[in-house]
Amino acid sequence: MLGFGADRLRADMNRLLALLFHQGILDEQFLQLQQLEDESSPNFVSEVVNIYFQESERLLKNLRALLIERELTDYKKMGNHLNQLMGSSSSIGANRVRNVCIAFRANSEQNNRAGCLGTLEVLEHEYCYLKSKLHELFQIEQQRVLGAGVRYPMHQN
Amino acid sequence: MWILVGLCFQYKAIISSHLHLLLLLHPPFFISLRPLSEKSPSSSPSLCMGSSVAAMGMVSDSKFHVLAVDDSVIDRKLIERLLKTSSYQVTTVDSGSKALEFLGYDSGNNSIPSLASNHHHHHQEVDVNLVITDYCMPEMTGYDLLKKIKGSKALRNIPVVIMSSENVPARINRCLEEGAEEFFLKPVRLSDVNRLRPHMLKTKLKTSEEQPDSASQPQAPEQQQHEQHEQHEQHEQERLRSIPLQVVPTSLQDQDRLLSVPLLPTLPQEQEQLQILPPTPPQQSNNNKRKAMEDGLSPDRTRPRYNGITTMV
Repeated sequence: MLGFGADRLRADMNRLLALLFHQGILDEQFLQLQQLEDESSPNFVSEVVNIYFQESERLLKNLRALLIERELTDYKKMGNHLNQLMGSSSSIGANRVRNVCIAFRANSEQNNRAGCLGTLEVLEHEYCYLKSKLHELFQIEQQRVLGAGVRYPMHQN
Repeated sequence: MWILVGLCFQYKAIISSHLHLLLLLHPPFFISLRPLSEKSPSSSPSLCMGSSVAAMGMVSDSKFHVLAVDDSVIDRKLIERLLKTSSYQVTTVDSGSKALEFLGYDSGNNSIPSLASNHHHHHQEVDVNLVITDYCMPEMTGYDLLKKIKGSKALRNIPVVIMSSENVPARINRCLEEGAEEFFLKPVRLSDVNRLRPHMLKTKLKTSEEQPDSASQPQAPEQQQHEQHEQHEQHEQERLRSIPLQVVPTSLQDQDRLLSVPLLPTLPQEQEQLQILPPTPPQQSNNNKRKAMEDGLSPDRTRPRYNGITTMV
């Protein structure tokens, strides 16, 4: 029988997830990730998401560095970075981030530097928001695990 | 016979609880089939086998070994997890050249028995039953890798599957013509991975019968496509008939689409046409991809993503 605290935490998590889905921050692919998590791979989602954070931050840094280059903006390289970021965002269900990448890529293909700068701002903002929300989600999950006092993941009776 | 599906939106409850969800049945569709391995990691996905495979009696103990090739760390992790969940043995590499190395590909002399060849039983250190590779990779693309494998006497019987995040019909066509068994759009899902087993079984059968080379020659691409089309349909139908109704949670997207389906039995003509489509409309199988390609349409799955924009690379 679940403790009252655990129920409330689960409700919190569901509420947060529902909000993120509703806002389009996350899409169905995130659910697919969750479904791949089980006893043999209990931390799968957080592992993948952490890799995503590392990779994304590296790519965002590179993108900014490319755009700061006033002399010769390497749009091809920018396109490569964007494809990577788009792919990984798509793979974890980071829907809005991926959509901004698409817009960014369009600007990059037109060699539109001002447009690129604008979308980079939006991209960085979206990424930050996503990161903070996912951290929140993992925190709730963590509390649930600690509260359960049993091995991860929790088992319901 | 109508059963309603409820949306399961509970984190972890999906895996660990006994949900009493009902399935919405729109004959002959089953929605969102998932392998039983969710509950017990060691069990194999028997859902995708169907009666034909069970009759073969081949599945038993040996695990199929899949080689996954992708330059993206995240995608490698994802595909590895998907394959392991389906009880396959997995090796991941990050480039085409590493893949060829692993397969024992010898560029100098194609007829040297490779480590990974199914035909050469005396070199069984590495036995790869399927290669699944990303299309867009630096240096060697998935297409290049496919060509090398199919061009190698030792390796060409290994089924190859291509994955790509871009829906480019010309690209899909090219890969299938070159001998790829399937073309998956990313992100790859469990339903896609469930389609792999028939290809591996088919190859195993071929090897065990020790047919001469001429029998396993790749047929004309069109004929092969049609055959595969038929095979897929056959597999789908057998699968549908043999699957017990499983409690399966579905997604928001899925549910929206389900609700929009009219709750009336379809007319025979429509039904026939519908049977060509995969059992899970929201989740694209390659039947749909190929069919879409032939029709010049883009598969549903990519529409919400790109809003009608398809890019050429």
